[in-house]
Amino acid sequence: MRIEFCVGIDLGSTTTKAVVLDPDRKVLGRGITNSRSNYDVACRVSLGEALINARFALIDGRLAAAAVAPDERQRLLQAFELRFREQQYRSQLRALGERLHHHARQQALGTSTGKALDTILGRMTDEAGELFQVGSSRKSDFFRDLAGSRYVGLAEGLARDGQHAFDPLVGLFDKAILETENSTEAVGTFAEHARQAMVAMRAGALQQAVDAVAAIDLVQRLCVGTGYGRQRLPFPEKLIRSEILCHGLGAHTMFPRTRTVLDIGGQDTKAIQIDEQGIVTSFQMNDRCAAGCGRYLGYIADEMNLGLHELGPMAGKACRTVRINSTCTVFAGAELRERLSLGEKREDILSGLHRAIVLRAMSLLARSGGVHDEFTFTGGVAKNTAAVKALRDLVAENYGARTLNISPDSIYTGALGAATFAWREVQRQQEEAVEVAS
Amino acid sequence: MSNPVVAASAAAAAKDKSQERQKAMIADHFHKLAMAPDLGQKCAYTFVPGNLTELLGSFGVLPVLPEINALQSGMRGKSRDYIGLAEKLGHSEDVCTYVKCDIGMLKSGNVGPTGERLPKPDLLLLSYTGCFTFLKWFELLAQEYDCPCVMLHVPYQGDGVITDSMRRYVVDQLRKKVIPALERISGRAYDEDLLKRQLALSAKAEDDLVWVLESGKRRPSPIDAYFGGVYYIGPIFTAFRGTQEAIDYYQELRGEIEDRIRQGKGPIIPDGELQEEKYRVVVEGPPNWTSFRQFWQMFTDEGAVVVASTYTKVGGVYDNGFRHDPSRPLESLADYCMGCYTNLNLPTRVAMLAKYVKEYSADGFLINSVKSCNSFSAGQLMILREVEQRTGRPGGFIESDLVDPRYFSASNIKNRLESYFQMIAQKRAGGS
Repeated sequence: MRIEFCVGIDLGSTTTKAVVLDPDRKVLGRGITNSRSNYDVACRVSLGEALINARFALIDGRLAAAAVAPDERQRLLQAFELRFREQQYRSQLRALGERLHHHARQQALGTSTGKALDTILGRMTDEAGELFQVGSSRKSDFFRDLAGSRYVGLAEGLARDGQHAFDPLVGLFDKAILETENSTEAVGTFAEHARQAMVAMRAGALQQAVDAVAAIDLVQRLCVGTGYGRQRLPFPEKLIRSEILCHGLGAHTMFPRTRTVLDIGGQDTKAIQIDEQGIVTSFQMNDRCAAGCGRYLGYIADEMNLGLHELGPMAGKACRTVRINSTCTVFAGAELRERLSLGEKREDILSGLHRAIVLRAMSLLARSGGVHDEFTFTGGVAKNTAAVKALRDLVAENYGARTLNISPDSIYTGALGAATFAWREVQRQQEEAVEVAS
Repeated sequence: MSNPVVAASAAAAAKDKSQERQKAMIADHFHKLAMAPDLGQKCAYTFVPGNLTELLGSFGVLPVLPEINALQSGMRGKSRDYIGLAEKLGHSEDVCTYVKCDIGMLKSGNVGPTGERLPKPDLLLLSYTGCFTFLKWFELLAQEYDCPCVMLHVPYQGDGVITDSMRRYVVDQLRKKVIPALERISGRAYDEDLLKRQLALSAKAEDDLVWVLESGKRRPSPIDAYFGGVYYIGPIFTAFRGTQEAIDYYQELRGEIEDRIRQGKGPIIPDGELQEEKYRVVVEGPPNWTSFRQFWQMFTDEGAVVVASTYTKVGGVYDNGFRHDPSRPLESLADYCMGCYTNLNLPTRVAMLAKYVKEYSADGFLINSVKSCNSFSAGQLMILREVEQRTGRPGGFIESDLVDPRYFSASNIKNRLESYFQMIAQKRAGGS
């Protein structure tokens, strides 16, 4: 059996996203990677992830067709996915170990370093199972983050015990992780991990579904690229679309009544107006200064020694919103420290910082033509609850009641738009072929 | 205030004969300026918008245009250091970069774009007060040079018209302030007959310039009216209006463009000729000079031609019918000063852009908003919305600066432009 698909790839400044659409233009799978040192690899990795994700969806479909009850389906699929991810993690861990030892040998760091690496990697391998238990919380799904935090923690332990110096171990990791996350071989294949995952699971309906889906030939029809690295994609020019168009169409695909789109990404903020077909009618971005984009929050998180995902919930606990005047990211950091020294609460300051970022976006929205119903918020910052609250308040204050759409998959909006463009191009080519034939 | 003219730049487009001619004219002018102190030739520093070139010429006074020197420094890659030097001397980051570039050049030996030293001014002729920065600029120059400074106060066209009293006010200043100052420094009496003869020559050159700029209405457009246009306005807005040289230049240019039209050719671009005109746009605002060629290339890569621009009207607007008129010499100069583009009120600018979009069959219009120049930038977002509403064509907005390379973010601007042109393409294709 074969299934044709089109893919859209959005090369962002912090992550690369891929969305796979089936011929009915339904989302078959989504993939994301934070690998950004090499765009070609980032494309391959995110597409590989999206295709794995697509197979999970196909398995779900098979289970449903086999009349497995929804609850049982969810349980089976979740268990399978966790086992699968564990296998994938182990595979990457092995690749990481090889690279670490390779660099240790190259730098002639000696047997003590080799032993320290074995200790760390051994512990990480032992803990892999726990990491992928039902109910276990992982701060990130990116291998770099998962492996990095544990590796550094274990290296710190060795240093504390006087077994090995900390810096050389971290230096090795920095080199090895880049190569590992840029390797599609390290990620492995669906069939390979699925087979190993199934060893630990009971057979039956799931086994049949996994076998059937593993045998499906997923055939790519077309790929459209977007995002900042799009010029470097190995695609013909006509298969490259600006992210403005892709975000507009992606938002339209998710929420067809959308007229205004706000995307706050890693390195820029876009305010886009679209018509009833998802065609962009106007847009605004900042050329001279990127203050107020997602990196602003990243910088603040670093300054406060917090994880990016912790900012929103902490700001949500604020009793009041401290007014942050600076629109410059770096100066906002200085203002943050000053406020802290004046005794302001962290959550109140954070609330102010979120309001500041959204105020910048409001200015762009005003420039682009305002906020019309319905209003769709996309990009990584749309996952931040405090930013969403600030946006909701400011839009209501300035434009009145508006329906605010935020998809849990908003980070994939650009890639979804690109994949939709890909199918439109396929359709156009087919129509052209029919015309020529007739 | 931002300004045009590129002629002597090494980054020039593929050269036609007219361009070689212009280059030689400008080189000759700078040589005359370099020789001026030795020959006792008098010089006045002055501005491009509403410039009084014929009046200066009638006294045998050579103009030096600091705006042109600044943009030339930008194109020659020298503005970064000049601006840095000016900032070191205490000029704020917010000051117009033309000013800082000029001050930096001055403090670095005042060597002009052709490599020859510029003369000290005998007169600072502040000919346009529509830009407040110009006043401050000449205050700074007045501290540097021991020479008289004369200000011509130019009333703003707040109501969109030039009234008789506004005209009388400017003519009165010309008679009582500007002409006596020129008489004093030149040692010559005001010769109105000579001025009239020069104004007659101006009008001839202006006719051909208007023809050239209006050739952008054709499909394909034989010119790029922004990136190419800044070359075309070189002689008319600098030292040559009112001379036979300007007439010869514009006749030659017109002949070349007539040839292009006959051959059905598109405009000359940095890499040769544009083969396919995919998009026709109108541009508002000055170009970026530090990355001029790269900026132009971003348009040509997409097959975009600028068919009309407002920047080519920065020295004076001709396509509404204005011509210098020998029968009313000083009144005509007054009208010219008050009619330059940035002296027009916002409704007039909106109407002008909307007219360009329609008459030049443009797919849309783009605003390049430069950090340095509030005379252009103030109100541009309102202009954007208004012109969109009136024409139904999409507007695009990009941001850069005149000569400060720190404010030209190539990847972002390219991204905006690509998105903008793809948006037009998508609209044409109905969404595919």
